[in-house]
Amino acid sequence: MTIQTIAEAKKKVLAGDVTLRELVEGYKSQIEAENEEVNAYVYLNFDSAFEQADAIQKKVEKGEAGALVGAIMGIKDVICERGKPVTCASNILDGFESVYDATVIERLHAEDAILIGRLNMDEFAMGSTNEYSRYGAAKNPHDTTKVTGGSSGGSAAAVAAGMANATLGSDTGGSIRQPASYCGVVGLKPTYGRVSRYGLVAFASSFDSIGPFGHSVEDVATVLQTIAGFDERDNTCSSVEKDDYVVAAQSPKKNIKIGVPEALFGEGLDVEINTGIKEILNKLEADGAELVPIELPHSKYALATYYILATAEASSNLARFDGIRYGHRADKDQMLDELKAEEEALKQAVKSAEGDDLVSLQQELTKLDAPLTRLYKKSRTEGFGVEVKRRIMLGTYVLSAGYYDAYYGKAQRVRRLIKEDFTNAFKNVDVIVTPTAPTTAFGIGEKQNDPVQMYLNDIYTISANLAGICGISLPAGTHSNGLPYGIQFMADSFQESKLLNAARLVELLG
Amino acid sequence: MSTIAHERFEAVIGLEVHAQLLTKSKAFAPVAAIYGEAPNTQVTPLCLGHPGTLPVVNENLVRYIIKMGLATNCGIAPKSIFARKNYFYPDLPKGYQISQFDTPICHDGYVDIELEDYDKRIGVTRIHMEEDAGKSIHDQDPYNTLVDLNRAGTPLIEIVSEPDLRTPQEAYAYLTKIKQIVQYLEICDGNMEEGSLRCDANVSVRPRGREKFGTRTELKNMNSFRNVEKAIEYEIYRQIELIEGGGEVVQQTRLWDTSKMQSRPMRSKEEAHDYRYFPEPDLPPIIVTSEMLVEIKAELPELADVRQKRFVKEYGMSEVDAITITESRYLADYFESVAEYSGNAKAASNMVLSEVLRVLNEQSIDIGEFSITPQKISELIKLKEADKINSSAMQTIFNEMLNSEKTPEELAKEMNLIQVSDSGFLEELVDEIIAGNPDEVQRYKDGKKQLMGFFVGQAMKASKGKANPKMVTQMVSKKLEG
Repeated sequence: MTIQTIAEAKKKVLAGDVTLRELVEGYKSQIEAENEEVNAYVYLNFDSAFEQADAIQKKVEKGEAGALVGAIMGIKDVICERGKPVTCASNILDGFESVYDATVIERLHAEDAILIGRLNMDEFAMGSTNEYSRYGAAKNPHDTTKVTGGSSGGSAAAVAAGMANATLGSDTGGSIRQPASYCGVVGLKPTYGRVSRYGLVAFASSFDSIGPFGHSVEDVATVLQTIAGFDERDNTCSSVEKDDYVVAAQSPKKNIKIGVPEALFGEGLDVEINTGIKEILNKLEADGAELVPIELPHSKYALATYYILATAEASSNLARFDGIRYGHRADKDQMLDELKAEEEALKQAVKSAEGDDLVSLQQELTKLDAPLTRLYKKSRTEGFGVEVKRRIMLGTYVLSAGYYDAYYGKAQRVRRLIKEDFTNAFKNVDVIVTPTAPTTAFGIGEKQNDPVQMYLNDIYTISANLAGICGISLPAGTHSNGLPYGIQFMADSFQESKLLNAARLVELLG
Repeated sequence: MSTIAHERFEAVIGLEVHAQLLTKSKAFAPVAAIYGEAPNTQVTPLCLGHPGTLPVVNENLVRYIIKMGLATNCGIAPKSIFARKNYFYPDLPKGYQISQFDTPICHDGYVDIELEDYDKRIGVTRIHMEEDAGKSIHDQDPYNTLVDLNRAGTPLIEIVSEPDLRTPQEAYAYLTKIKQIVQYLEICDGNMEEGSLRCDANVSVRPRGREKFGTRTELKNMNSFRNVEKAIEYEIYRQIELIEGGGEVVQQTRLWDTSKMQSRPMRSKEEAHDYRYFPEPDLPPIIVTSEMLVEIKAELPELADVRQKRFVKEYGMSEVDAITITESRYLADYFESVAEYSGNAKAASNMVLSEVLRVLNEQSIDIGEFSITPQKISELIKLKEADKINSSAMQTIFNEMLNSEKTPEELAKEMNLIQVSDSGFLEELVDEIIAGNPDEVQRYKDGKKQLMGFFVGQAMKASKGKANPKMVTQMVSKKLEG
């Protein structure tokens, strides 16, 4: 397997050393060799890929090729592409095809990226391992008994396995950065509002960000340059001008100020990862960077805050998957038969019951679902997986009358405090550094029975989503267990350039 | 309502009025919402609740509601937010309705209503924006409910009154006032039958003199102004009977059945939805700047109350006539055009109040559908002013104009109604009449002056209505008295 960045591929294509068709051929063979095992792609369309390649090749020959010529990309199955299946790895979207392109897809096409397929993920982007997928777990290319991380597991694994030179993922609570760390690739979560969410199937609307994976800091900068910017179809998308991210990645300044939240380099963090990151920081310091100890006093509440707010939004966002207009609908006749049988059984029971039993049975009878209600329940019960159901229930609960203030209202206030922590910290530093995840990738199946353990994998990444700021994870080293681990930088809103600058400095350390 | 009950109890009524806004496109999607189009043709992926779609606020939605807020003396919140109201129903494609919850954009206003023998100020608690749902059709297919999403996402405002209304008549007057305001502002067509104006009522009763409100019920499905009045009356009566019979009012939502003219329970308090409102994360807060307010204020038309007073002052109209003419903005506009073109406000108001309104009532149409332009009515008035036609000819020509493209003058000539003011011809005519009616002439000379009408009438008859009655009168009196 030869890894090739977009920058390298682009150079060769423009020089005429390789045609785009040949480039696609190469990725096709790699996918045919690897995908069955890694399970990153859940949908592939090489016919379409070759068509795109031929059309763009003509532009190359006329000297009209776009910024992403040479990019062979896969798209997380949560971003809409017209005429292609969009399932979010969920049975509830079985058979669904999008009727429109997401803004990011339009922009990738406009700059001549070739899109070859759709990538595995945790159902509706809910999960940290990519195990909660209707397609089965994506597997870590470095060790296929290990998870890829998630939820953008397929996006990270495809790049790591050389099955694409860049991919798009989405990051709601670490879903780009954490799998990037586990799979040893670069993953960037842009500032909330930097990239249009139009066409991104919503998990938690005030957290969701679309971002790129790639082999190099420069490649993710190039993809970001293309997909970022104002979009009138998303009212939460910012009109703040974008920087030249590619330049920021190509010629980094060395005398940057790096905030180090010491409290996060302690309990729960793998010792080797801790040491590895500290070594990198020492080298950066030796090269001219300034290390500034900082505090993020409210970060200990980040996980709890996130799981209240994100699930609340999710419970509402996922209401549209009701089996009425598209996707999976439970068998109507079977549903009606079951309902009738239940009614009959209850009526029989009422006949022979007396006293309190009779009262409760009669109540049960009056509370029996209307057929429409039952159709909703059955369709959604069949369509959603266990983790999605867990989060819908949690979110519904925290928004319920009588609980709103205690949960949602309070969590919103804490979210503001967490944001203030970062605003204060960024008054003195350019970027903040943390590990991306507390450990390297763990075994498939290992944490499935303990959701809270699984949620803890996102402890370092989730704050950036709460604060709406940007973050990046890039490979920091290889653990003695043979698996990669990442280093994370975070920068203030719309300071992606600072992020790319810092990341490039690490990359240059080699 | 029985008089005895009415003496012992008083009703407390609050109205929630939904008005569908006349914006060109939907509240959050760039697509028109034309009434009566084929099902599911006025839709985008957003209206269908497709995954990944996002709402985008229609700027006119915000402008329209601010107009309504200003017209009802509301405070306008400098910052308010949208909220999601969550519930499952097949005609609600996203599984939630975008609405406003604890921060409505307009709050704490009022409107003044006029009743037969008193005026009253009714508080407006709040006005907020929301999107409409689609339509479920249950009666066209024996096995399925059909869903039409054309209406899904069309913009609504909800105007919530304080519980200041005490009688069905007050409720009717308030609702009429709201309709008048939305029509004056041109933000809603005010048509209750087509559902562009909808009204729910909260009704309770309490013994007179008691401050505490009784248990209320909510009435829905009243699809005309009269039905609102009737349903409230029915409900007050029902509650009083219940209480007087030793029973208790149960808090519930009740549906009005127009065919039976009675209401029936729809759901109880226990069955009420928990809508799980929370801030809509897809839409940023609505910020209303002072510049925006100044701009929108400048766009506000003159409202009925102000216009009515001006008509009394400027045109010398009676208050009753002014109220009638300003009831609809378009009728008042029509009148003012006629007054302007004809230069005769008195004649213009007479024409509008007697002839035009009569036709509108007879044909059950709005002034917008009326076929005669203000210019043509003005020409008719001018013909009369120039003594070319008399009043009876004027009415004849007006009726003809309803079905004709011709000018009033063309019609007058065609129908031979141009008034004869030729004194030679009239002299001859008057002489003939005097000669032919010696008895009447004698009685007139004896002092029975009322017989003037008889002579003029004879002249009109003989001239087939064309004689100038003023000239005939002058001649008769000259000849018989001179």
